[in-house]
Amino acid sequence: MSAVVSVGRQDSAARARRQAWVERLRLALRTPSLIVGAAVILFWIFCAVFAGVIAPHDPLAPDILHKLLPPSADHRFGTDGLGRDVLSRVIYGSRGILVAGPLATLLGTVVGTAIGLVAGYFRGMVEEVLMRITDAFLALPTIVTALLVLAAVGGSTTTVILVIGLGFAPIIARTVRAAVLSEAQLEYVEAAKLRQERAPYVMFVEILPNVMGPVLVEFTVRLGYAVFAIATLSFLGFGIPPPSPDWGLTIAEQYTFLISNLWWPVLFPALAIASIVIAVNLFADGLSQVLER
Amino acid sequence: MLRFLLRRVALAAVTLWLLSVIIFVASHALPGDVGRRILGPFADPRAVATLDHSLGVDRPLLVQYFDWVGGLLHGDLGTSLSFHTPVAELLLRGFGNSLKLAAVAFVIVVPLSIFGGVIAALRRGKLLDRVITVGGLSATAMPEFVTSIILILVLSVTLKLLPISVQVPPDTDPLTQIYHLILPSLPLVLVLFGYIARITRAGTIEALESDYTRTAVLKGLPWRTVVIRHVLRNSLMPTIAVVATQTGYLIGGLVVIETMFNYQGIGQLLFTAVSQKDFPLIQAGVITVGVIYLVATLLADISYSLLNPRIRLAGRE
Repeated sequence: MSAVVSVGRQDSAARARRQAWVERLRLALRTPSLIVGAAVILFWIFCAVFAGVIAPHDPLAPDILHKLLPPSADHRFGTDGLGRDVLSRVIYGSRGILVAGPLATLLGTVVGTAIGLVAGYFRGMVEEVLMRITDAFLALPTIVTALLVLAAVGGSTTTVILVIGLGFAPIIARTVRAAVLSEAQLEYVEAAKLRQERAPYVMFVEILPNVMGPVLVEFTVRLGYAVFAIATLSFLGFGIPPPSPDWGLTIAEQYTFLISNLWWPVLFPALAIASIVIAVNLFADGLSQVLER
Repeated sequence: MLRFLLRRVALAAVTLWLLSVIIFVASHALPGDVGRRILGPFADPRAVATLDHSLGVDRPLLVQYFDWVGGLLHGDLGTSLSFHTPVAELLLRGFGNSLKLAAVAFVIVVPLSIFGGVIAALRRGKLLDRVITVGGLSATAMPEFVTSIILILVLSVTLKLLPISVQVPPDTDPLTQIYHLILPSLPLVLVLFGYIARITRAGTIEALESDYTRTAVLKGLPWRTVVIRHVLRNSLMPTIAVVATQTGYLIGGLVVIETMFNYQGIGQLLFTAVSQKDFPLIQAGVITVGVIYLVATLLADISYSLLNPRIRLAGRE
């Protein structure tokens, strides 16, 4: 009898949760920043996936005879210092950052959430030690931490993803810990402990679903910083090596042309980075509006 | 008050110690063979062994760690492998130059963003508020090299308002030197503006909604007096804290800006050290960055607690 009642209650709880999500979705569709951000991100994902189809020229083929041509009908964004088509390079260049950014952020979110859950759940010494280590990492700007590690292990796309991801983990751990601290005092956690559930079960099955909101918001906010950091590292020469059409790298290679007012090889990749950074931040802003209502 | 300060200093010391461990592990333990890293994969093993020995990296890790920390505590930061000069000298010169650049950025951004934040709060929900908030958010998120490109293009190449070059003869008068630092400081200003304005706006809104502001309005004080004497005094406190914590981001930005404009500050030094695998310079440079951040946050906490009686008196339990 009691089993039936509890099943029924779980059912209605699940329905209530589903209803809450439907309500949030409806809210999302009425949040302009979320829509605009998502549209721009989708545009770049489209470019990255179909680069082979939409790019008018080979992004890597040099053509010294036609270098630094201003934008024209044949080369809508002009050609760069090696005569490569800037438009095609901008389209192909979206690939690097669209893969590395989300991967790094995902890594940081998973590791950070785990640390935050453990620190917030166990309190005491465990929390103190974890938070002190977190503080030490936070004393360094992400770019400096990344440079420190990249100097030691050498730069490549994989190391950049690892470094940015693990560099974000302490920041995410802090947010998650704060959320867990307030959750851990609620009755359902107490009940689970009384049922003698094991600590990992309570943390990941009971508490984690209830702190997913802050985790999601943190993920999108960090995604913006990941794009920022990865673009900066590839600008500094620690990402994908040349002749990749990566935006940050392209700007690093060509920005000295600016002095001679040859702006097109540099401005278009710069605007591409700007648009994706703004889009991710608009999306993050919209998402936090929807979830924190 | 004293207990609060002592606790903060103790925490900062613990953080600094952990930081030294992190830096040591990242730069000594991770690369495995330091000599091999510096000389490259095709170097003679004997040359690698000799270099390892002269760098002292063939000793046990714990010995190396205590040797390094001992040196740090005595102010001996070692010798740079790429510049062949004492690291302390290089860092000191770089720090001075970076300080000039950062000072120009702060002199521009602090009044500007406080003004922007207060205006946004006073016009909450209006168009001007949206422009400042969304514009600030976007500017903050933009990598410095992207904003630099756009600023160079607009301010230097097209309008010819500001010089691109930061290189000035050493005997130039200070005003010209500052003039040449404006363009490289603007990308930093843009990054910082969003943060500081957002915090000021939030602080101002909280102060505007408080009971003491209502009382001040109801007792008939002119609006201007209410804002200046009652609202601003309270809303600027969180701003102090955020200005200090931004020093961390500022140094990250300096790496990019100084490399891009070829300005010899601590950021360019770090970048050169990393590309040259100059480990003594990297280690000392990174720990200097950490110390700058910790001192800045500590100073922020102290000035915050001096301004805020609630914290100042909380220690007297």
